[in-house]
Amino acid sequence: MSVRRLSTVQPESFEFSKESLEKAQWWMAKYPPGRQQSAVIALLWLVQKQEGWVSEPAIRVVSEMLGMPKIRVLEVATFYTMFHLEPVGETVVQVCGTTPCQLRGAEALMDVCKRKIGPKEHRSADGKLYWQEVECMGACSNAPMAAINDYYYEDLTPEALEKLIDQFAAGEKPAPGSAIDRRGAAPEGGPLVLRDPSLYDGSRAKPYPLPNAAKEPAE
Amino acid sequence: MVGILEDKDRIFTNLYGLHDFGLEGAKQRGAYNLVREILQQTPEWICEQIKASGLRGRGGGGFGTGLKWTFMPKQESERPHYLVVNADESEPGACKDREILRNDPHLLIEGCLIASYAIRAHTAYIYIRGEYVYERERLETAIRQAYEAKLIGKDNIFGWPFDLYVTHGGGAYICGDETALMESLEGKKGQPRLKPPFPAGAGIYGCPTTINNVESISVVGTILRRGADWFAGFGSERSTGTKLMAASGHVNRPCVVEEAMSIPMRQLIEEHFGGVRGGWGNLKAVIPGGLSMKMIPAEEAEVALMDFEDLAKRGSGLGTATMIVMDKDTDLIKAIARGAYFYKHESCGQCTPCREGTGWMWRVMERMVTGEAEMKEIDLLLDVASQVEGHTICGLGDAAAWPIQGLFKHFRHEVEERINNYRAGRPHVQGARVAAE
Repeated sequence: MSVRRLSTVQPESFEFSKESLEKAQWWMAKYPPGRQQSAVIALLWLVQKQEGWVSEPAIRVVSEMLGMPKIRVLEVATFYTMFHLEPVGETVVQVCGTTPCQLRGAEALMDVCKRKIGPKEHRSADGKLYWQEVECMGACSNAPMAAINDYYYEDLTPEALEKLIDQFAAGEKPAPGSAIDRRGAAPEGGPLVLRDPSLYDGSRAKPYPLPNAAKEPAE
Repeated sequence: MVGILEDKDRIFTNLYGLHDFGLEGAKQRGAYNLVREILQQTPEWICEQIKASGLRGRGGGGFGTGLKWTFMPKQESERPHYLVVNADESEPGACKDREILRNDPHLLIEGCLIASYAIRAHTAYIYIRGEYVYERERLETAIRQAYEAKLIGKDNIFGWPFDLYVTHGGGAYICGDETALMESLEGKKGQPRLKPPFPAGAGIYGCPTTINNVESISVVGTILRRGADWFAGFGSERSTGTKLMAASGHVNRPCVVEEAMSIPMRQLIEEHFGGVRGGWGNLKAVIPGGLSMKMIPAEEAEVALMDFEDLAKRGSGLGTATMIVMDKDTDLIKAIARGAYFYKHESCGQCTPCREGTGWMWRVMERMVTGEAEMKEIDLLLDVASQVEGHTICGLGDAAAWPIQGLFKHFRHEVEERINNYRAGRPHVQGARVAAE
């Protein structure tokens, strides 16, 4: 378990922007009537996208919108580790530190973060950058990786990460993806399979009788 | 040729995202072909075909997918049926569903429609892990395209009213457990439920629910299109079909690839993953299917097959077939200690053996990394691991115990050696008057 508490410093109030509110309503409409509580994670995520973190007044607003007891929203906000419970910088670097990334050099990436940003889970001196070590992000074949502001930067070297942090600090938005010659999860140097052109020429889209069909198609 | 599966028999033809992930591209590659004919058959026919194909759950459990569908009530009642797709891929090492979600989402959507018809559901939810923001955006785009083309929706062209929604998590590994996922989908903490009642009786919102992994659902359309016997023709008798496999760790070219079940592990590593760093002789151990599976040493990896039975026979498991390869330079104790921290971090805190046990095991593992631990703590650790294993509501307790048990089964001598070395270098620990320094 990870112990997480609300920040000791909290804003006076919270209000959804018009855009976030529309999205919140879209999320709530996905669930059957009376089950709007299902949207709580999505709404807290919208809060975080808008404010950068989840504050106590925001928890109250979400609980009112969904007709949930406040304590239940608080439980959700503290249980799920994606929610930042205190202000973070504009750029959040999340380095995956779990075994597959560790085996391919995640520790060296964390050294870069320590040097360039500062101690783990603290904001940099100018308040703009923040980094944390996270558990498996599910991009193990592209290890080591870091998620920077939600998007994955993969196959990193310490130098590549250092450059990325500099770019983000300068306000740039470098494209996510692999830092080496790879497309997605294909092997370095290009795919060894899926080279048969007949897979892509439309021949698979042609109609033919369904194999093992039990009854004739009713026209 | 690389591996044993030919290109013509691959299901995921856009695995690397080199082609259009959208509707036009997917249709060109065969998605939605014959779906009308499939939905003209009975739900029972679909379940029978999937059973005959031998498809077993691709999320690690390996439970028969067709059989699972037949557990659903045969008649619709006032309680609607639901299909839930588990896209909460969080097991360390596992990174295969992500490729489907971002590059072949229409195969998943098509599978959701067919599976929902087979279990008589009109609504399906795809629960995707919160960190997959890009994958969620891709999936939402694909679903919007399918709605616009009336392939899904209340008045779709196939005549089975069907709504498909994406919902997401908040970064909790535990939500990969089916009952924790249902709790999370209902807007609660992801703490697993006791079974029974099983999801087919009372799942989300107390209604009959089937939960399947992304890959299990995504292959359904192609299996029916090409015939159950085609799928059953790959692999071994009880592990049939093709499967996404992946490697991370010390291989030269880690990647995700679709292969036939029962491919020899060595062939898979050498032909698809560019071999072990420093050559096959440099291999130390392989964790075959996600971190929770027990590691097997190089001698076993040499002869192991990538299927459920062979790996179970070796005291491990296929899991999600996403292996972690470790060469001779690896500090196995440290690798497993980091894994122990993962499970400690991700325990939901509901059951005492897991909440207390995972933290305890991690702390002892950390002392074994440095060698500070006492020799007798090895047996104590294994005893505690066996007390955690099988004594929790969900499988996280087992998942936390197995990697540690696997380490000591094959590499106990390494831990003993480290403890001895630590003591030899620091005589004061053993009661000497003068420290070695």
